[in-house]
Amino acid sequence: MPTLEKPKKRDMLKIDDIHVYRGRTYVLQGVSLEVGRREIVALIGANGAGKTTLLRTISGLLRPKKGKILFQPDSQSQEIDISGASPEQIVQLGISHCPEGRGIFSRLSVLENLMIGAYLRKNRNEILDDYNSICRVFPILKEREDQAAGSLSGGEQEMLAIGRALMSRPELLILDEPSLGLGPIVVESLFQVLSEINSRGVTILLVEQNAIMALDLAHRAYVLETGRVVLYGTSGELAGNEDVQKAYLGGIV
Amino acid sequence: MIMTRNRLIHCALFIAGIAFTASAGMALNEYVLSIINFAGIFIILAISLNITNGFTGLFSLGHPGFMAIGGYVTAILTFPVSKKAMFLEVPPWLASMEMPFLPALLIGGACAALTAILVGVPVLRLRGHYLAVATMGFLIIVQVLITNWETVTRGPLGLNGLQPLTHLWWVYAWVVITVYVSWKIKFSSYGRSMLAIREDELAAQCLGINLFRTRVAALAIGAFFAGIAGGLWAHLVTAITPASFSLVLAFNIVVMVVVGGTGSITGSFAAAILFSVITEIFRPLEENFDIYGIGEILMALILILILIYRPSGIFGNKEPGVLSPPNKKGGCL
Amino acid sequence: MSGGYIAQQIVNGLVLGSMYALVAIGFSMIYGIIRLINFAHGDIVMIGAFVTLGLFQTLGIPFPVVALAVLTAGGIIGIMIERGTFRPIRGAPQVTGFIASLGISIMLQNLGVMFLTAQPRNFSFPDYLQRVIKIGAVTFRTIDAVIMISAFCLMALLMFLVHRTKLGMAMRATAENIDMARLMGININRTILSAFAMGSALAGIAGLMWGGKFGQIDPLLGFVPGLKSFVAAVIGGVGSIPGAILGGYILGLSEVLFVGLLPPVYSAFRDAFVFVTLILILLILPNGIFGKRIEDRP
Repeated sequence: MPTLEKPKKRDMLKIDDIHVYRGRTYVLQGVSLEVGRREIVALIGANGAGKTTLLRTISGLLRPKKGKILFQPDSQSQEIDISGASPEQIVQLGISHCPEGRGIFSRLSVLENLMIGAYLRKNRNEILDDYNSICRVFPILKEREDQAAGSLSGGEQEMLAIGRALMSRPELLILDEPSLGLGPIVVESLFQVLSEINSRGVTILLVEQNAIMALDLAHRAYVLETGRVVLYGTSGELAGNEDVQKAYLGGIV
Repeated sequence: MIMTRNRLIHCALFIAGIAFTASAGMALNEYVLSIINFAGIFIILAISLNITNGFTGLFSLGHPGFMAIGGYVTAILTFPVSKKAMFLEVPPWLASMEMPFLPALLIGGACAALTAILVGVPVLRLRGHYLAVATMGFLIIVQVLITNWETVTRGPLGLNGLQPLTHLWWVYAWVVITVYVSWKIKFSSYGRSMLAIREDELAAQCLGINLFRTRVAALAIGAFFAGIAGGLWAHLVTAITPASFSLVLAFNIVVMVVVGGTGSITGSFAAAILFSVITEIFRPLEENFDIYGIGEILMALILILILIYRPSGIFGNKEPGVLSPPNKKGGCL
Repeated sequence: MSGGYIAQQIVNGLVLGSMYALVAIGFSMIYGIIRLINFAHGDIVMIGAFVTLGLFQTLGIPFPVVALAVLTAGGIIGIMIERGTFRPIRGAPQVTGFIASLGISIMLQNLGVMFLTAQPRNFSFPDYLQRVIKIGAVTFRTIDAVIMISAFCLMALLMFLVHRTKLGMAMRATAENIDMARLMGININRTILSAFAMGSALAGIAGLMWGGKFGQIDPLLGFVPGLKSFVAAVIGGVGSIPGAILGGYILGLSEVLFVGLLPPVYSAFRDAFVFVTLILILLILPNGIFGKRIEDRP
C-alpha cells in the first residue's frame, strides 16, 4: 500500500461512497474519490471496472442509488450535492464531460459543434474569445470549421471533442479515453495539450487505458477494480507499486 | 403428483366449460348469446395475434386483412349455388360448389396462412415499427382489392344473406383449438426459439435458430387463426363487407394483446373478454345519449395508461398458476 | 391528352404535394428527434380544419388571424400529446410509442365524432379565395395559389429556424445523439417539445388548407392525409426535413398523375398504389432519398 497522500484542503469534487446500478448490474459498489482544485487525476483499471459508469454518474447521465457527489465550482462558493442533478444543471455548474467515442455531432459543422459546447453561455464576446483561443491550440479546427464534423479524422475529432468541452468554460474537464484509436504521435501531442489546458487552471479527471501515459500526465491516480477503488496515491507512488506495474504497466517502467 | 392434480383441475374446468356452453345455448337469449359468440371470436383473434406479436415480437397490424381473406373465402365457398348464380360472376367450378362449413373454414384459414407466407417473405425483413407500417399497408391494400373486385366480392356492398352457420359450439371449439395450439407452441422448443427472436435476434441466430423461417411461420400461424375467425365472424353476422376489417379493428386486437400482456395467452384471453364486455356496456349508452365513440375513447385511454404505468400488460408474458385458459372460459363469462 | 391537360395535372399535384409536404415535415421532425412514428399526426390536420371552421365561419374572424390561430392551436395540441403520452413512455421500445400514438389517434377521432358528430360539414371560404384564375390552359382558384405560396414560405421559415438558430442547432444535435446533447447543457425536454410544436403547427395549417381545397370536413379526415404524408416522409427519408418536402411533392404529383393519366378504372386503386409504393420503398430504399442511415435507439 502506498502512503496515502492527504487530499488537498479544498477539494473541487468529492465523491462519497456512491453505489450505481446499470439495469440490474451492480456496477459501482461504494466508490469514493477526491479531485483537488487544478489537479489532474487519472482513473485506471481494466475493462468493466466501472470507470465510464463513474464518469457518467458525475455528469448526471446516471443516478447513484446511494452516496453523495459534492462539487464546489470555485473556492468561494458552497459545496453542492450534484448526485441528483440533471446533466444540464451540471454543465451549468462547470463540469464538462467529453465521453468515450468522442460523441461529436457528425452532421453538424465543426463550427456548430464548437458553438454548441457554449450552449448555455450568453456573452457572445467571451464565447468568441474562447473560440479563437481553442483555434490557436487546434488550428486544424479553424481550417475545417465549415466541414461536417463527421468528415474529420479520428485525431481531429478528438481535438474537436476536447475543444467543444472547453467551450463551456468548465472548471472541471472529464475525459473518457481520449487516446482511444489514435496513433502514438497524435496521443503525444494530445497529452501535451491537456497539460497545457491544466496549467491554465482547468481541473482534469481522466480515464485512460494507456496507464503509462496517464500516470505520466496526472498528479494523482485511482485504480478501480470491479466497482471499487483498490488503490490510490500520487502518480509516482502508483507507478512504483508492484501490483500496478504488473497489472497495468506491463511490468516495465 | 402436482401434475395429476393440475390435470384433474384442467379436466374439471373443461367439463364445466362444456356444461356452461351447453346450458348457455339453451338458457340465454339471442342477444346475450351473440355477445358470447363475439367474445369467443375476439379471443381467437387476440390469442392468434399473440403468437405473431407476443411470442415472436413481429408487430403486425395486418390481422384484419387475414381475417378478411379467411372470411371471404369461407363465405364464397358456403354460398348457396342458387345465390351465386344470381349475385356473383365466378368461374363455373366455383359457381357449382357449395361446401359444408368445416372444410370451407379450413380452406379460408389456409388461404389466409398462404397469403401470410407470400406477404411475409418480402415484408418480414423489416423491423419494429416499419413492419407495423408495412402490415398496415397490407391491410389497406386488401381492403382496396376486396372493394374493387366486384364480380366476386360485390365490392363495398359485401356479401349478405350468408347462412347462419356459426353457433356457440363452433366458436368455442375453435377457441379451445386456438388456445391449445398456442399453448403447445409457447411451451415447445419452437416457442422458445420465437421468444429468443423477440428478445435478441442476433443471439437467436447464433443459437442456430432459423430466423426467417420462424418469423414467417409465426405470421402464418397467426394468420390461419385470423382466417378462421373471419369465417366464423361472416357466418355469425351472416354478412361480410370490406369495411368490417378496418384499421380500428386491428387497433382493438392490438390493444387486447398489449393490455393482456404481450406473450401471455391468459392475458389475451382475459383482455378479449374485457373488451367485449366494455363494448357492450357502452353500446346502449352511445345509442341512448347520442355520444358515439365513447367506447373507443375509453379503449384508447386504457391502452395509453397501461403503456405508461404497466408496459408489460396485466399478465406480463406469464400464465397464472395451474389454470389453463380454455377451462377458465366457464368462469369468466 | 394535351400539354395543357398535363400542365393542369401538375398544378393540381403541386397543390396536393404542398399539403403532404407540410404534414410530412412533422412526421420527419418527430421521428428524427425521438425515433417515433407519431400516428396521431394526421389527426392534427383534422383539428386544424375544425379550428378554422369554428373561428372563420362561425365567429367571422379575419383570415390571416385565423391562420395564425390555427398554427398556434396545432402547436398546442402537439405539446399536449408529447407531455401527456410520449414523455412518460420515453425510453420504451419504439413499437410502444407507435401503439400509443395509434391510441391517441383513435381517441382524437372519436372525441371529434362525439363532440362534432360524424356528419361532414361544408367548409367554404369567402369569394376572394374562391376566385378562378386562368393562365393559359391551366385554371386554379386563389386558394390553390395561397396553399402553394404559404406552404413554400412556411417551409422556408422552418428551414431557417432549424439551420440558423440556436434552438434549431439544439434540435439537430438532439436528433443525432440525445445523451451528448444533454452533456452540452441542452434541455432535451424542451427541444423535443419544440419539434412536436413546430411539426404539429404545420399539420394544423395543412388542415386549414385541406378544408379550403376540398370544401368538406369530418372528424375522420385526418387519416388519409396522415398516412400519405407518412409515405411521403418515408420516400424522402424519415428524419430529413428536405426529404419530407421532396417526398411530399413527389407523392402529390405521382398520385394526381396516376389518377389523371391512367384509365378511370384504376383510380379506385389509388390508395393501394400509395401503399404498394410505401412497402416497395421500405424494402428497396429503406433510408429514402435523403435519409442517412439512422441507427435505432433501444
